[in-house]
Amino acid sequence: MLLSLPALHLQTSEHHPLFQLPHGRLGPWCSPTGSPAPLSCETGCGEGSWILVCRLLVPTQVSLLSMEEDIDTRKINNSFLRDHSYATEADIISTVEFNHTGELLATGDKGGRVVIFQREQESKNQIHRRGEYNVYSTFQSHEPEFDYLKSLEIEEKINKIRWLPQQNAAYFLLSTNDKTVKLWKVSERDKRPEGYNLKDEEGRLRDPSTITTLRVPVLRPMDLMVEATPRRVFANAHTYHINSISVNSDYETYMSADDLRINLWNFEITNQSFNIVDIKPANMEELTEVITAAEFHPHHCNTFVYSSSKGTIRLCDMRASALCDRHTKFFEEPEDPSNRSFFSEIISSISDVKFSHSGRYIMTRDYLTVKVWDLNMENRPIETYQVHDYLRSKLCSLYENDCIFDKFECVWNGSDSVIMTGSYNNFFRMFDRNTKRDVTLEASRENSKPRAILKPRKVCVGGKRRKDEISVDSLDFSKKILHTAWHPSENIIAVAATNNLYIFQDKVN
Amino acid sequence: MFARGLKRKCFDHEEEGDGPLAGFRAVPSYDLQRQSLLDMSLVKLQLCHMLVEPNLCRSVLIANTVRQIQEEMTQDGTWRMAAPQGGGPAPLDRLVSTDVLCRSAREQEQGQPGPEDGSFPKGFEDGPAAGLTCDVPSVTVAQAPRHLPSSSSWDLDSSRESRGSFQKSLDQIFETLESKNPSSVEDLFSDVDSSYYDLDTVLTGMMGSSRASPCDTLEGFTPLTAAPPGPGCKADLGELDHVVEILVET
Repeated sequence: MLLSLPALHLQTSEHHPLFQLPHGRLGPWCSPTGSPAPLSCETGCGEGSWILVCRLLVPTQVSLLSMEEDIDTRKINNSFLRDHSYATEADIISTVEFNHTGELLATGDKGGRVVIFQREQESKNQIHRRGEYNVYSTFQSHEPEFDYLKSLEIEEKINKIRWLPQQNAAYFLLSTNDKTVKLWKVSERDKRPEGYNLKDEEGRLRDPSTITTLRVPVLRPMDLMVEATPRRVFANAHTYHINSISVNSDYETYMSADDLRINLWNFEITNQSFNIVDIKPANMEELTEVITAAEFHPHHCNTFVYSSSKGTIRLCDMRASALCDRHTKFFEEPEDPSNRSFFSEIISSISDVKFSHSGRYIMTRDYLTVKVWDLNMENRPIETYQVHDYLRSKLCSLYENDCIFDKFECVWNGSDSVIMTGSYNNFFRMFDRNTKRDVTLEASRENSKPRAILKPRKVCVGGKRRKDEISVDSLDFSKKILHTAWHPSENIIAVAATNNLYIFQDKVN
Repeated sequence: MFARGLKRKCFDHEEEGDGPLAGFRAVPSYDLQRQSLLDMSLVKLQLCHMLVEPNLCRSVLIANTVRQIQEEMTQDGTWRMAAPQGGGPAPLDRLVSTDVLCRSAREQEQGQPGPEDGSFPKGFEDGPAAGLTCDVPSVTVAQAPRHLPSSSSWDLDSSRESRGSFQKSLDQIFETLESKNPSSVEDLFSDVDSSYYDLDTVLTGMMGSSRASPCDTLEGFTPLTAAPPGPGCKADLGELDHVVEILVET
């Protein structure tokens, strides 16, 4: 059933158009101990001291051909490098995720591919290169499928990637499309056995009668190969579209959430899962609310949260009952009557929910804001940040052109002191929780010159437009930053802008 | 999902100032705005309905918006003329059945003992034609039996009412499309290799493979919309134009 994929030979420089820019040495904003380091004027996001490290173009589909593919095609296609002008729908990045050490960065795209980037190793003579990421492995995680029973097409688009904590030399990650979650093993091989005499040079088995001696093969070093192999396929458990997967802190289980249900899986068991939340009404006509995201608590394996399209968050305790239909905590902010409109519910729909690394806070993203909730206070968020409040007057148009349904994600920095989320016009926003500074930055090819410090952008709200300001009407709503990731311990961020992946880091001294 | 191509178009129109919203921007009447929003939402729901597996979150949010508008219209009496001989305000849950959203699920429940996995978005079990004649009318006809053919359910409504005529014209559009090229529609949806979700492709294919020209479709509803005067008329016309534009866009 599973297609084994060819191991890919790493020839980064030949195959991948990379911008590899030297840059200054890293200075930590967030200390490894986790104590929040404030964003000062020198280092803080408020002053826009982020520099572009590299812009990575996900390598073409081509390098991912399965074994059945004709060699000739592979050759031809390999010469075709994915670039801005060649970008197709399949190249659009649909998820970005650092692993737990930050050494690897995985992206998934609409074409069902997973591309893993590896951080440049630190060496004494190349200290300036630290922070650069190069392609490590690429593989086709999901293929388009057709469900003949239901007569519907299942897209190959990767909705989410989650890394498992590393336990040996190999790396494991979960990737999911709308229906099926897969566990992938990514491992290196740099030796191969040589000297078998059971096969001839073309790989055919020799006639045993012609073999007169037994030769012991020896392991010889070879060029590093990185292999991705599918280890588990968790299928047939979701009727609706999977929007989230989350690895539990027990490292033995994970959950997958779709529009109406959440399932709990054991990594070792693919043919059954426990349904832990089900909000499907007996009569679908009564359906008024869907699950939009879900995540496990980072430390308490019994606790998880899920958000809904009505702007609420439910915290569930799996110790309370097997089916977590009744929540333990219910986070909801009373509606502000002065801001009420027909779009109130739509813009309050939560598109992403993330526990802080400490496990004390939850961050939620809705259409116009990011909110931080304290687990101990359910009636309102402790912090609310406006992401692009200037769009409030444009909601009708955004409803008309469907942008209002865009699902922006949000991330914490390593010390939970800064949060980041995306916006339109290739803008992304950072909010410093301590200094209350915020900044708008732009991930775009035109404006990202090598090593240049990213210039904070400003959107002009009414009145006169000042120099360097962008008017709301000239924002490009087709360029949206939906997916971003923050290195677990350093100030390195990855920002996906359609088919480009930008890696920025803060410049210190 | 479907909005991939559509989105751009809508947006362009919006920028050019001749989109369906341009009408009420010039005349900032709350009622008109609300009506326009309702029409837009109903069209969106209808388009959702044409997809095999629409984005559930989006559909639910749109349906809730429609509910909300209808509830408000019921409260200030605007809705009553759209609702048939109902007397007082009808209970909320009867105003909008999520019928539009959940047709397939409901049918499955009626047809089969195990509705558990009858997913809401399941597509065209009853043929592509059924997918095109949408149930939107039943949204407003709370008392009407469920499986009335859409056109007859509209007979209950006053044809002078602009909303009704808008809906009727929409039906007309879909009926026209459907009656003129049933086979091409079928071909269209059985073609699994083409981009299944891309409405542009779907509609373009539909028009391209049919003998009916865009003008035929236009002719089908123009007299109907021209006839009824009413407060929502302008917006409806604009909206209709917009729908037709979407439909005939190649």
